[in-house]
Amino acid sequence: MQFTRRDTLALGLGAAALAGMPSAVLASVEDEIADFTGGAEIADGGVTLDAPEIAENGNTVPISVSAPGAVAIRIVATGNPSPKVATINFGPLAASPSAALRIRLAKTQDILAIARMADGSFRRAAATVKVTIGGCGG
Amino acid sequence: MASGVKPRIKVPSSASAGETIIIKTLISHKMESGQRKDKDGKPIPRSIINRFTCEFNGQSVIDITMEPAISTNPYIQFEATVPEAGEFVFKWFDDDGSVYEESKTISVG
Amino acid sequence: MTRTRRRNALWAFAAAACVVATSAGADENARLVVNGEIEMVTRTAAPAHLNGALPDIRSGWTFRTTETQALQIDDFDNPGMIFVDKAMDAWNSVEGSEGKSCSACHGNPMESMKGVRAVYPKWNEAAGEVRTLVMQINDCRVKRMGAKPWKYTGADMAAMEALISVPSRGMAVNVAIDGPAAETWAKGKEIYYTRYGQLELSCANCHEQNYDNMIRADHLSQGQINGFPVYRLKNTKLNTAHARFKGCVRDTRAETFKPGSDEFIALELYVASRGNGLSVEAPSVRN
Repeated sequence: MQFTRRDTLALGLGAAALAGMPSAVLASVEDEIADFTGGAEIADGGVTLDAPEIAENGNTVPISVSAPGAVAIRIVATGNPSPKVATINFGPLAASPSAALRIRLAKTQDILAIARMADGSFRRAAATVKVTIGGCGG
Repeated sequence: MASGVKPRIKVPSSASAGETIIIKTLISHKMESGQRKDKDGKPIPRSIINRFTCEFNGQSVIDITMEPAISTNPYIQFEATVPEAGEFVFKWFDDDGSVYEESKTISVG
Repeated sequence: MTRTRRRNALWAFAAAACVVATSAGADENARLVVNGEIEMVTRTAAPAHLNGALPDIRSGWTFRTTETQALQIDDFDNPGMIFVDKAMDAWNSVEGSEGKSCSACHGNPMESMKGVRAVYPKWNEAAGEVRTLVMQINDCRVKRMGAKPWKYTGADMAAMEALISVPSRGMAVNVAIDGPAAETWAKGKEIYYTRYGQLELSCANCHEQNYDNMIRADHLSQGQINGFPVYRLKNTKLNTAHARFKGCVRDTRAETFKPGSDEFIALELYVASRGNGLSVEAPSVRN
């Protein structure tokens, strides 16, 4: 498996961010993940999560996810008041397990995409999105 | 029903059998998160579209559970396989019980 | 200390505190082709009346990030188009005492409104005034339809302005600044260069002298209005030029002019003229 520099950075930052979070928030992020995985182990890689490095406005952040072989993907925003974002279930006529959405991010944070594969295993990707606060912007 | 909800859907009008097509959908909806407060400091109740589905001739293409972190005027793009001519049915499920439904036919040949 | 020196000192302070040179944002030479067919001019020679105040003129699109830019290249990615659809319903709806819809007189807006957005604001001979597109829409509603006027910066109006702009997309903005419009234009120019508010900022301080720089996390544009009404990610709706002017002036900590006021009408004409040569883009997408 290959990591791009950005992936590696994101994963590292992800771990750092999780470590630095208040326990209540951390618990709800963990709950949101466990609710999807049932506590199963999650392997890194095999999931592509595209998100802007810098979002010009946190109200509308375009992201896309893709995980060959996945039957469902859950997106988790670790820095939002609630980490829940969306769960995408792919039907038999989905040409690929991929989708693009626009999401709200309350602040700079890591977002996670966790894929449930056809064999019941789980994989994940993370991305850090910096959310800018405008100078004026009318 | 929330007022003024209006979908926009991009589906090609024809494809060859078994072809992969890109579908884009947008719907006007405020997606009130339940996190905001009004001028008097009272919480504004959550009011969102909580689920989106797309089926083709009765078979599922995609089924998405949506949370308040989905942006206003939700946009969803995905890929579908078109095995034969038929009809895509799109449904958006509102917190208030309304279901907004649109369909698009596609020919094969 | 003289008044002028104090102003300069304040401005220097504001500049030092807020404006930082940067190369942030997307490739400023990226090309904007909407739906793979409408070629937009997003950077071109400045109109002669600017007398070299700007080396060239640039659409606000060129100042945005790649991700924001992408939202405008396909009408099915552009959330502003939802409101254009809504305005199309309004266009075909009978309203008011005369039993008329917009379409009763104007037919299909994609044909009848071609080129209209590009030349507004425009002198109206019969009325003896410069009229914005919004004024013209309300004039039609009141006089021809017997309907109530829409709020100047309201959602219905912004959507209708966007609909009327769509058939002009790709056409060059070309507002007339001479003849009977000259007086209004000159008034708009004066407002553009006048410092307002506790921060004593003019439009030019940010959008002529400091475009392309960062004002905290915002990448300052030239403040062109060729893309208005604009769908903003910030408030997820269509925004009219006058609503944006108001927001800008408010941010100088000034009492703002009112949308639809003579001042903002003049300013709209002048600012539109600074973009003569850029393409009509509305509804555009910005942050």
